[in-house]
Amino acid sequence: MAHSTTKSKFIDRAAIAQGDDFLVNAVKFTTDRLRNRKSDSSTAFGNWEEWRERGRAIRAHTIAHLDYYLDQFAQNAASRGAYVHFANDTAEAQKIVLEIARKNKAKVVAKSKSMVSEEVHINHVLEDEGLECLETDLGEWIVQLAHETPSHIIIPAIHKTRGQIQVLFEKEGGEKLTDDTKTLAGFARRALRRKFELADIGMTGCNFGIAQTGSVVTFSNEGNARMVTTLPKTHIVMMGMERVIPNWDDLEVMTNLLPRSATGQKITVYVSALSGPRREDEIDGPEETHIIILDNGRSEQLGDPEFQDVLNCIRCGACLNVCPVYRQVGGHSYGSVYPGPIGAVITPLLQQDKKQWGELAYASTLCGACFEACPVKIPLHDMLVHLRRRYVEQNYTPLPEKLAFKGYAAAFSNAGAYKVAMKTGRWMQLKVLGNAVPESEMAKVTPVHGWTKYRTLPENGGKSFRDIWSSIAAEEVESPRTNETDGSENDFGA
Amino acid sequence: MKVSLFITCLVDQFYPSVGVSAVRLLRRYGCDVDFPARQTCCGQPAFNSGYVAQARDVARNQLEAFEDSDYVVSPSGSCTGMVHHYYHDLFAGDPVLLARAERLVAKTFELSQFLVDVLKITDVGARCPQTATFHPSCHGSRLLGVREQPLELLRNVKDLTLIPLPKSQDCCGFGGTFAVKMSDISGSMVQEKVDNVASVGVDYLVSTDMGCIMNIAGQMRRRGMKTEPIHLAEFLWRFSS
Repeated sequence: MAHSTTKSKFIDRAAIAQGDDFLVNAVKFTTDRLRNRKSDSSTAFGNWEEWRERGRAIRAHTIAHLDYYLDQFAQNAASRGAYVHFANDTAEAQKIVLEIARKNKAKVVAKSKSMVSEEVHINHVLEDEGLECLETDLGEWIVQLAHETPSHIIIPAIHKTRGQIQVLFEKEGGEKLTDDTKTLAGFARRALRRKFELADIGMTGCNFGIAQTGSVVTFSNEGNARMVTTLPKTHIVMMGMERVIPNWDDLEVMTNLLPRSATGQKITVYVSALSGPRREDEIDGPEETHIIILDNGRSEQLGDPEFQDVLNCIRCGACLNVCPVYRQVGGHSYGSVYPGPIGAVITPLLQQDKKQWGELAYASTLCGACFEACPVKIPLHDMLVHLRRRYVEQNYTPLPEKLAFKGYAAAFSNAGAYKVAMKTGRWMQLKVLGNAVPESEMAKVTPVHGWTKYRTLPENGGKSFRDIWSSIAAEEVESPRTNETDGSENDFGA
Repeated sequence: MKVSLFITCLVDQFYPSVGVSAVRLLRRYGCDVDFPARQTCCGQPAFNSGYVAQARDVARNQLEAFEDSDYVVSPSGSCTGMVHHYYHDLFAGDPVLLARAERLVAKTFELSQFLVDVLKITDVGARCPQTATFHPSCHGSRLLGVREQPLELLRNVKDLTLIPLPKSQDCCGFGGTFAVKMSDISGSMVQEKVDNVASVGVDYLVSTDMGCIMNIAGQMRRRGMKTEPIHLAEFLWRFSS
């Protein structure tokens, strides 16, 4: 499934997902849990709106001065002994990783969760080179065993049920298991521990890069990120260029926002700050640290008043958990590395093929739940509208749709034309499609079918408000009342 | 107080009784209500589909329709949200139109917002010894920020048992053209919404947007449910007259 789905359409992938009850139930179950926990923990924390605003301000300031902070970060990381690489695109990032692997004659790469490594498809590249790539995050490992890709940026295997995971683990380990969390996690722990020791290279993402000291900060729950960054001789960090924040005070704000937004935790089990490779007096840590900073279309958003704010994203996944569309179709339907509302915005922005990926902007009712959930207040719902406008401007929308909106503009920008069009519309509904509860045979073969498949048409009385306005205007006016004064004398329409 | 009714195309065409109730309520509290016949639609269908030029043509007609109004009141959080949230951007390229748009934004209110915030009416003297639940429209609550006003009006309906709707904040799946464009996803969403409505087993499902109600009621009617879907204006008028 990795990158083979890219020629299909969102709507077709979504139809497959919707047909999978296990998937839909698993996604609903876990997103419900995550959003409820987020709601509880942010309420308990208090002043959430102020924290959000502080988070937004920090991120917006950093992105507005990204050149400065990125340079500071790179210089400080280098002064602590890290090799800092800048990769313009996927191909460059892959090349840098391969060169490091070759130089170190590496055979096994152990990874903790990193969406940027997914973005540049690093596993495939390393495997093609003959290396073994081992995902050590439990969720990532599950999707790796299933030969799939993550369907959520925080919970990669959100679409899998425990029963499905049991089957995957039994196949991997050749032993009989049960589907309880303790047994499954215990198996993963045993199987993964053996492999950490074999790894030549450890690869991680980066939640925040601290410009002040050139440190890489990761938030994790399973401890695997620490294993990956301390046991292997070489550590590679893959990070998006927007991941920096100015200093440690800013990290405090992010530490309050990220875990609560992602999983509803007050803090993750591990928060690690890594400042360069092992120094002489230290007993553990890698001998070599490489930080690969990826652009891949991000810098194109800088200076764009409509989209620069999307770089403020801290990849918490809260927008996925509240999205009513993601809830019904899961992550793979988006066909991209980043699913959900944030994916529907950044995929068309970061990908070169705007026609193919622009359709993701339509995978939304524009309900705004994503914006409301976002800990750094990215107006994703507005961005989806802007993306749609660009899609129309690029002439990518189908001709019938273009004609329909041309007709709409002509009929609705003039009350006379509007009256005629609407009267015809109501007549068509009454005479042609019918007002009945079951879907009419005629409706089934018209574009209205999308509506009538699930719902009746609106009850149509044949008259519009403007048709009856003069009689309403002539009505006598009632005097005001409240329950305190005369409510008891009302006729209750029994 | 002079108030112009911004009926919205949906209420105008399919739900005139909602408009009638809104007018009667407003007049009861001393508003001199008129209906500028030039009005059509806020432009949202085109705007949300990315057809901004077409949306601007339609929105421009609205600027003209309500040019002389003191207050513009609409029985829709979504259409009011469109005016408040996007008209500024829509006319940003033309300083003359922008100034007119900003004047329209400043005087446009959603009905429950107008009753509570401007007229200071929180109790319309309604009595309804039955049960109801409330679906907040996404655009009304999130885009426009009208969350408490409709609930306050409902809480003051005497003898009404207001039961919280599970997952009330989840979108019903309407989303304008989304309902037809991505009909199966929209269908799943409205089914889940109606499952939640059914789970509370109330007499009335109240909301402030006929877009949501048209969608939810369409699925409810398919199921033959007894719960009556109803706009807040109609509910308040029916039980206070």
